[in-house]
Amino acid sequence: MKIIACVKQVPDTTEVKVDPKTHTLVRDGVPSILNPYDHYVVEECVRIKEETGEGSVTVITMGPPQARSALMRCLALGADEAVLISDKAFAGSDTWATAYALAQAIRKIGSFDMVFCGQQAIDGDTAQVGPELAQQLGIPQVTYVEKIEIDDKQKLTIHKQTEDGYHILEAKVPILLALLPPTSFQPEHPPMSSILKAKKKPFNVWDAKTIGGDESRFGLDGSFTQVIKTYTPPSRGECELIEGDGKDAAKKLGEVLLKHEALIKR
Amino acid sequence: MGIEIVLDKCTGCGLCIKVCPFAAIKVKDKKAEIEANCTLCGSCVDVCKLNAIILERPKPSDKDLSEYKDVWIFVELKDQEIKKVGFELASKAREIADTLGENVGAVILGEKAKHLCDDIAAYGVNVVYIAENENLGEYNTNNYAGILTGIILKYKPNIMLFPATHLGRDLAPRVAAALEVGLTADCTGLSIKDGLLLQSRPAFGGNIMADIISPNARPQMATTRPNVMKIQKPDPSRKAEVVSIPVDLDSKATKIVIKEIVKTAKSGAKGLDEADIIISGGRGLESAENFKILEDLAETINGVVGASRAAVDVGWRPRSDQVGQSGKTVSPKLYIACGISGKIQHQVGMKGSDTIIAINTDPEAPIFDIADCGIVGDLFEIIPALNEELKKNLSKD
Repeated sequence: MKIIACVKQVPDTTEVKVDPKTHTLVRDGVPSILNPYDHYVVEECVRIKEETGEGSVTVITMGPPQARSALMRCLALGADEAVLISDKAFAGSDTWATAYALAQAIRKIGSFDMVFCGQQAIDGDTAQVGPELAQQLGIPQVTYVEKIEIDDKQKLTIHKQTEDGYHILEAKVPILLALLPPTSFQPEHPPMSSILKAKKKPFNVWDAKTIGGDESRFGLDGSFTQVIKTYTPPSRGECELIEGDGKDAAKKLGEVLLKHEALIKR
Repeated sequence: MGIEIVLDKCTGCGLCIKVCPFAAIKVKDKKAEIEANCTLCGSCVDVCKLNAIILERPKPSDKDLSEYKDVWIFVELKDQEIKKVGFELASKAREIADTLGENVGAVILGEKAKHLCDDIAAYGVNVVYIAENENLGEYNTNNYAGILTGIILKYKPNIMLFPATHLGRDLAPRVAAALEVGLTADCTGLSIKDGLLLQSRPAFGGNIMADIISPNARPQMATTRPNVMKIQKPDPSRKAEVVSIPVDLDSKATKIVIKEIVKTAKSGAKGLDEADIIISGGRGLESAENFKILEDLAETINGVVGASRAAVDVGWRPRSDQVGQSGKTVSPKLYIACGISGKIQHQVGMKGSDTIIAINTDPEAPIFDIADCGIVGDLFEIIPALNEELKKNLSKD
């Protein structure tokens, strides 16, 4: 099974804080991490490769040179080869332009059976690059994938999460799958021996010229969406605190609630 | 520009006929032929193993953007009925269309859907584009994306809005990629600025907001989570023009087959999505059993119990109860957060609530930053006392 995993390096959004005085984003000292969804993706790809007995896992990301560390993490998790597509020309890419560059790079890698993505990345949460990439590669997709079983090398049984349960689907390769980790999933550091092994694995850096394609479709020029302004979300105003001991406060809150529209109309 | 069959490569195998949703291909003398009703949706291109079909759509820069008119929505169905988010999108689309002086269009794909046209027209939809087929009863990415792409290419809407549901988040990017247009996910605000759709959305886990435009391609596409846009009052006297889109789907050509549909959520009970009152518990509840006090209160005031990610991760509540960035977005009239610190990831899922009440022992908990009213105190004392107080007063009526 020849597997390609698309990953992203993201700022750890749980560490991002808003300055209480200036109401701006404090990004200093915020660590860059491998998107936790993608951490799970790489583990799944390695599991599938081992279960099917042969093949390879190639991880790919588009990003600045520093994104190398996210790919090194993937190699330490068991991926076989890494591709970093990096060029000033890619700066400012929206999801469409990102998918375009990834599709170009995947065509350069050559044949594949499966392409994996995380369901979304924790910085943008758009969940768009996966389906946009599948469309550009001309292959089917399944998103919100909770579980994959491979009967023989061609037939996949997929559990796709729905809003009130799940669907069991049957599909064939080639296909793109966007994976949803279990809620209990916690990314763990790979052991030192794996980190050392990762340093010996093939690592490719490709620029815009190497992946080819129409350069006017890269980066900001190739993006259909434009961010024109960023700002901190408006606050809701002051919180009115109810004073008093437990019982007393509960009684006062009860009085407030009894006057509330939601209880009156009940 | 357009679509062409490379005669040297085509063997007349007929795969393209099976996948064409518009029955626009025939085989004549062992070669495929494209008919006049082709919409350039592209379904055939992906399936041809011989690369014998060449599709060239106009480059984005060559399009005449002024040809694109009207504000459209994609209407998602569940069990043959329109999901509530459809009425939210229709209400918003009406408002935007009034600003632009344009019409509202709605696309419905389903097994049988004609009976739904009046339901959506009541929210101000002028034209319903409807495709009915037995193979459209359950969502299939390729079928839905091919048909929708074709309809959009033919009728050229200016704006296209999708629900940011599991279905919408699978379908919209597929269609955006095929059409080569921008798409903005999870918009919490949509308005018109200088004639363009101004799309506002949270980013960086809800820490900042971004305003986004898509000036150079049409339609301008966006998704919006359920319970974000306000529903306007329906007017049943409004009627819509109905345009039927003939489609032809061969179930044998489907590459991804649904083998089984499993429902794990309780049916019948009012869900978090629709509740007017939600009482949510977090880590402060300390155990699964302790959620009983929230359930008792919920019963008194006819509410639904939700949970923070922390409470779901340790297994106290099912995942379907989770409110927040990786769970559900809710906007009830009343949200009572009990023992929830209220990190930004939780706030993203509930700050659209009309009134937020917070009960927490920690006066520094971020939940108090967005609450309208709060108590710093022990929820194990406050909640049962509050329940008694409310019971006493509500039973008088």
